[in-house]
Formats: sequence, structure tokens, C-alpha cells
Amino acid sequence: MSDLAAAPRPAAVADESVSARGVLIAVTAGFLGLFLLAPLLVVAVEASNKGWSGYVSALADPDARAAIALTLVVAAIVVPLNTAFGLCAAWAIAKFQFRGKNLLTTLIDLPFSVSPVVSGLVFVLLFGAQGLMGNWLAAHHVQIIFAVPGIVLATLFVTFPFVAREVTPLMQQQGTAEEEAALTLGASGLTLFRTVTLPNVKWALLTGVLLANARSMGEFGAVSVVSGHIRGLTNTIPLQVEILYNEYSIAAAFALASLLAALALVTLGLKTFLEYRGGVARHDR
Amino acid sequence: MIAVGRRPLKTPSALPGFAATMTATLVALAVVVLAPLAALLLKASTLGFGGVVEVALQPRVLASLRVTFGMAIAAALVDLVFGLCVAWTLTRYAFPGRRLLDAMVDLPFALPTAVAGIALSTLYAPNGWLGAVLAKVGVKVAYTPWGILVALVFVGLPFVVRTVEPIIATLEREQEEASATLGATRLSTLWRVVIPELTPALLTGVALAFARGVGEYGSVIFIAGNVPYLSEITPLLIVVKLEEYDYAGATALAAIMLAIAFVMLLAINAAQSWTRRSLVHV
Repeated sequence: MSDLAAAPRPAAVADESVSARGVLIAVTAGFLGLFLLAPLLVVAVEASNKGWSGYVSALADPDARAAIALTLVVAAIVVPLNTAFGLCAAWAIAKFQFRGKNLLTTLIDLPFSVSPVVSGLVFVLLFGAQGLMGNWLAAHHVQIIFAVPGIVLATLFVTFPFVAREVTPLMQQQGTAEEEAALTLGASGLTLFRTVTLPNVKWALLTGVLLANARSMGEFGAVSVVSGHIRGLTNTIPLQVEILYNEYSIAAAFALASLLAALALVTLGLKTFLEYRGGVARHDR
Repeated sequence: MIAVGRRPLKTPSALPGFAATMTATLVALAVVVLAPLAALLLKASTLGFGGVVEVALQPRVLASLRVTFGMAIAAALVDLVFGLCVAWTLTRYAFPGRRLLDAMVDLPFALPTAVAGIALSTLYAPNGWLGAVLAKVGVKVAYTPWGILVALVFVGLPFVVRTVEPIIATLEREQEEASATLGATRLSTLWRVVIPELTPALLTGVALAFARGVGEYGSVIFIAGNVPYLSEITPLLIVVKLEEYDYAGATALAAIMLAIAFVMLLAINAAQSWTRRSLVHV
């Protein structure tokens, strides 16, 4: 008995030494500082290079304001549509058993695997002047490519999986017992969705909406291919940033970019908070 | 139990709304995702297999595929090493600032690629904060293929960290302790007990980072210099061909990228189911 008590505690051996920990923490902090923090600092410093008045006038420029407005319009169309779609897909996939479920899930996730440039190109091939529907669209004076509808479509494509992907696993995990109970108590389909299902997945839903919103406002490759880069008309914020940067209007480019960087930081902060809340909510149940 | 006949298309359920939500899902999927991709495949099929291969074998295209794949693999491997270190440190150790660093790991997911591109490019330019330091030792990063590597390491990092972190969190310490009491050094325990448990997740993370890197456009084009045959990535070459109204060439390249993406998706699914199996096994 006393021999056992005197034996070294295995837990002390099954850990890295203090110095090894120090080295690993230093490598982690250094790597993240170099690759994540430094770019953010560059955005902040370059954006403030011409002072507060330079910053404000860069954002007040008519082309910049048009880009900001277009970005908000596109997000205002795309995010609600993909939220509605994501909830439909999550309900059908999570609450029912049917053949081909894996295939459907894979197809919904497909846009994540496609290069942004290809995501834009497919719409050019479908709706562009040389595209499959080009002649028909031209005859009916409908312009999709190099116009706002093309930007909306390309953004819909790249943000398609976000909401479904966040909500479906959680809905699946929660099963169907609560909904079936509500049903036997006489709740209609929409009522039970609103009062039973939605409260259970609200944090995941918000996370999905936030991520879809961030991506729709920040998408560059796909939008760049379909937009035509017409200043004041078809430039979103990321495209305007590119134009300014290539014109060596560095401070103005970073001023606009700082809006997107701030959006990214707010998104990350809220996401961390929502995941924490979601974790607490699940823990309480 | 003996299966009789075919499995029904849908198992009956008391819950309402299947027909409506499934119809909405399928219509949205068909209009937004499948029809545009079908347009690409249709256009590619008019070129024929030979036509696609002919484009793929153009020297400029071959060079772009080489640099795209080479740098995507290199970046995924850098992310493997440092992502494992980051995931391990953030999961196992308690130190001030840990939560902040952990939240920061998702930055490449949230920061628009164009912003990352101009920031990294400014950082590594010969007169930038890091570029100036590197220039003193004769290393040039911005406007060379190394710039592509830097951008792809940035966009790929969260894939490795976020895939490995949950597995590290569920590792059973008893195995490591057993290994230690049997006389293994810490390094040998990590190598022989911990790393094998993490291998499926590491592979999944590396495959995800690689797949993302191959298709990446926004963060790369600002820092790469985009010199044909040297630092021109395939997605950029698609844009170049499109701007030259070479729709056939752009389509062939896009079809190649799509085929690669599809193969990667299958590989990632396989790696992920391996991860899940190993989790169940533990």
C-alpha cells in the first residue's frame, strides 16, 4: 500500500515538460500573430494613413458609396433567400428518412468545393452573350451578366450551403419527439415549427445567417467574373477595393477594406458568442 | 432480417411539411446550383474529351496547374505542421489569451479574400513590415510563387485546426498515462499513441485545406505577381481566357478544376468517414 502511494503519479509523466509547453505556446502565438494578426494590423494602419479626414473622404467617394450600397442590396436579397432555403432543406433532411439523403447533402455542399472563379463562370456560360440562353435574353432585353442580377445569382451560389450546414446537424440531433408531442396537442405545422423547432435551433440558425452574410458581402472571385467592373453600377466593395488598390490609391483601398475587416471581426465575435450560448443552451436541456 | 423488395422512397412520418420543404429544396438546388453547373458540363461536352485534354496540355496551362497544385500541396503541409501545433496548444494548455487566439483561428473564413490579398501583399512587399526584414536576408515573397504559398497557408489554416481540435479534446488521457507508466518517453507516446489517433482528422484537414487552396483566387492574385509560366494560378488563367473571349478555353479549364474538386470531395468524404469510425472505435 505504502509502495503504491510512493510511486510517481503517471499523470505527471503523461504531459509535456514546462519548457516544451512554452516552446509550443510560443510557436502557436508566433504563427497566429504572423499570419492572422499582422494582416489585420496592416489593414488598420494603412486605412488610417491619411488621417480621419482621408478615411472619411475615401468612404464618401461616390463610387465607394455606390459599392457599399450595392453590397448591402445584394446581401439583403441573398441572405433571406438562402435562410429560407436552408431552413427548408434542414427540415426535410433532419426530420424525415428518405432514400438519397447523402446525395442531397453532398449536392447542397457542392458550392463549397467549387473554385469561386468557376462559380462565376458557370453563370456567364448560362446567361452571357455567348451563353446557352444569351440569344433569348438579348431578344427580350434582359441583362443578367455584367449587371446586378448576375452578381445576386453568383452570390446565391457561393453562399448556398451556409444556413443548411449549420442548422441540419443540430435539428437531426434533436430528433422528432418534441414535434410529435406538439402535433398530438393539436399544433399546426407552421405553429410547431415556430414554437418548437425554431427555438431549439435559433443559435445555430443565427450563426449560419451571420456566416452567409459575411461571405455574401465579401465574395470576390465569383462576383468579379460576372460583374463587368462597371464603376458606380456593378462594383461591390471587394471589387472597388481591387480597383483602388491596382490604381495605387492604397489608403482609399484599405479604408474600404477596413469596413469588410470590421465586418469579419464582428462576425467572428458574434459567432464565438453564439457558439458559447448554443453550448450553454444544449447543456441546460 | 431479410430485406423484402426495395427500401421505400420515404419512411412514413407523422410530421407535416415534407413535400413542401423538399420541393422548395430541390427547386432552389436545381435553379441556383445544378443548372449552372450543367451549363458548364454541356459546354465542355461540345469540346469533347480530346478538346479538354488539348487545352490542359497547353504549356501555359500546364505551368499554371503545376504552380497551383505544387503550392496548394506545400501550403496544406505547412498548415498540417503548424495547425497541429496550434490545435494541440489551444486544446491542451491553459494560458492567457488562449480564448482570443482560438476565436482568431476562424479569421480566414470570415475575412474577404480580397482584403486578405491586399493585406498580405502589403505586408510582404519589399517595403512592407515583413518584406523589408526578409529582403535583408535576400528572400523575396511578394510577387513570386512564395507569395502564393503565404496566401494559401493563410486560407487553409482553419481547416486543419478546426478538424483536429475536437479529436484532441476527446482523446483519452488514460492511454497516454498507460504508455508513460510502461516507460515510454513523452515524445514516443506522442508519436506512437497520440499521432495515430489524430491521423484521420489530420488527413481530412489537409485535404480540405488543399481543396480550398487549389480553387483559391482572391487572396492569391494580389500577392502572386501573376507572371505567366511562373506565378500564374489556374483560376486566374480562367479569368484571363474569359477576358480574351476564349470561352472554350475557359470552359475546358473550369471542367478540369471541377473534376479535381469532385475527386477531392470523394477523398474528403472517405477521410471523414474514417475519422468518424476512429471516433466510434475510441
